[in-house]
Amino acid sequence: MSINRRGFFSVLGVAGLTLAVGKRTLASPKGKTDIEFFAVLYDSTRCVGCRTCEYECAKAHGLPEPPSEIEPVRKTTETCNTVVNTFQTTKGEAYIKRQCMHCNEPACDAACLTQAMHKNVTGPVTWDGNKCMGCRYCMVSCPFDSPKFEYHSTNPKIQKCDMCFDKQQAGEKPVCVTNCPNEALTYGKRRDLLKEARRRIYEKPELYNDHIYGEHEVGGTGWLYLASVPFDELGMNTNLQQSSYPSLTKGFLYSVPSVDLLLPPLLLGIYTATKNNKSKEEEND
Amino acid sequence: MTSQAYPNIKVNEHKSIWKFLFNELKPRGKWLTPFNIISIPIILLGLALIVIRYWKGLGSITNLTQEVPWGLWIGFDVVTGVAFAGGAYVVTFMVYILNMKKYHPIVRVTVLNGFLAYAFYTGALLLDLGRPWNVINPVIGNSYGTSSVLFLVAWHFLLYMLAELIEFSPAIAEWLGSKRARKILSGMTIGAVIFGITLSTLHQSGLGALYLMAKEKIHPLWYSEFIPVLFLVSSIFAGLSMVIFEGSISHKVFFNQISEKNHKSQNGIVHGLSKICALTMFAYFCLQMLVFIHTKRWDLINTPMGYWFLVEMIGFVFIPMIMFFYSYRTVNIFMVRFAAVLTMIGVVMNRLNVTVIGFRWDAAVHYVPSWMEIVVTLAVIFTEIWIFRWVIHRMPVLSESPAWVKEEH
Repeated sequence: MSINRRGFFSVLGVAGLTLAVGKRTLASPKGKTDIEFFAVLYDSTRCVGCRTCEYECAKAHGLPEPPSEIEPVRKTTETCNTVVNTFQTTKGEAYIKRQCMHCNEPACDAACLTQAMHKNVTGPVTWDGNKCMGCRYCMVSCPFDSPKFEYHSTNPKIQKCDMCFDKQQAGEKPVCVTNCPNEALTYGKRRDLLKEARRRIYEKPELYNDHIYGEHEVGGTGWLYLASVPFDELGMNTNLQQSSYPSLTKGFLYSVPSVDLLLPPLLLGIYTATKNNKSKEEEND
Repeated sequence: MTSQAYPNIKVNEHKSIWKFLFNELKPRGKWLTPFNIISIPIILLGLALIVIRYWKGLGSITNLTQEVPWGLWIGFDVVTGVAFAGGAYVVTFMVYILNMKKYHPIVRVTVLNGFLAYAFYTGALLLDLGRPWNVINPVIGNSYGTSSVLFLVAWHFLLYMLAELIEFSPAIAEWLGSKRARKILSGMTIGAVIFGITLSTLHQSGLGALYLMAKEKIHPLWYSEFIPVLFLVSSIFAGLSMVIFEGSISHKVFFNQISEKNHKSQNGIVHGLSKICALTMFAYFCLQMLVFIHTKRWDLINTPMGYWFLVEMIGFVFIPMIMFFYSYRTVNIFMVRFAAVLTMIGVVMNRLNVTVIGFRWDAAVHYVPSWMEIVVTLAVIFTEIWIFRWVIHRMPVLSESPAWVKEEH
């Protein structure tokens, strides 16, 4: 019996440990800080589709220069963190810039088992090669398919927009924002940018479609979009849920410590009960 | 065999234990069996492909894309393989916790099967990792991603493999002829069993929970918030079907290893398992129907994916369930085995539908595994069978424990 008890305590110990570390189930930054998320507002009505942002982004991140001959609709790749796509809409030709959305509560951050994908308190979601083990669970989880993997490398990296995190640390703006010739991109505090976006819609209701993409999608994103037409005409997924993606696994994660803690005593109880029955039967014989 | 080797070790101490191990490592029996002729070239080819994979990157031998980052190696090797390894926790629950002595003869072989499945299929996971040198990060604690389902699954995998090793270890002690080790290790069994069942509950469901965040990517007929529960319930009959299937093969292939007593009890065990399979499949089927009706998916049925869903649900869940019920009533062992095979096909279908077939079902270009991915998968399975066969021929798994074990009791 002493060994049973020892086994029981070892189970309890590990279960308790799981309970202790299993708490931080949501990917929101720890503690209360006064720092607000930085964000970028992209105004499709101002974008002229010059793709300067693509070139500047590639240059800043040491990636190959984007091709000059392109198809109208592309996806970001492991060598290209941002693309500007062209769509024929009900209001004529329109452009849309795509890159990582830097969600407020990113699925990739919650998915990462080594915290290589990380939502910084200042907003950008960045990747740390020293931690990443290349499982690609972030890619499975991301609703926007932002993380890209270098399949043809022996030392593969996850590539995606990092909102020029190093520039931000130095107090500068992302290179796409700095170099946009038509002020289609605005950088600032997310709260201020939402106000700015609402102001633009309010002042020119005939120009804008009344929807700030990224305000509520997947619990809010770090890139906010304005356009003249509904966003599904621009190839954006408009069916995404309003709550954050990590909330999808919250229920399961909360059940883990409870099961780890409650199941072993139950099993031990059943074990003891059936064992007693056996000895009684033997006595009866 | 092994039991006879025991006295020698005691006398000659260290020198002969190495000699003993060396002798045990040598192959026994005929070399040119049909299984060897098929498996050896595939294992060698698989090894060559693995070298290429580490040399040129994952893209060199897999068809994985930016949109489908997890393919056959995860969807089949890990997710399906672990479901089939579920037999170990179910059988240990029945034998050690519920004290159902009838099933005792299959405990060791089931635990061995489970342990090897975990070791190999999660070992195959290392092939799929882009940066495998960082695999220790979530273990040693310099960066715990505790909000990740994968983190929990990884830890529950690791600890469960340890629990299964402890459950199996008395057989290793008997093989090595170590009385003291056997006594200590078998004393740890019940703790390991309780620990193991708890861990299994969570990682079987956790494998389903991995896909909860792929909400927009999986076909709605296979995606629901109940994936974890469905995965857990189906792992019970998946594991038991594997036990029935593996048992019927082992009893032919390892005929001379199996003791008289176990031979006689085999049919009774299979018969009993068929009832458990039938009942858990009934629960699973009801749950699937409940999810289906609750989420109002009627309009999806009249599509190609809808027909595929019906094939899985009726052809490979409902029909084998009825067969299990019927064969339990009529004591038809052949039909139990047939139903077990159908069930296993159904489980493979279900896991692949969630992870590969229904994943990005609406994409213009579908992911289809390359022949090289399939060869590596086969090589992993064959290597596992080789190790399984090696252990069966040497350790008291299907055969009786050596005489000194009984003397102690």
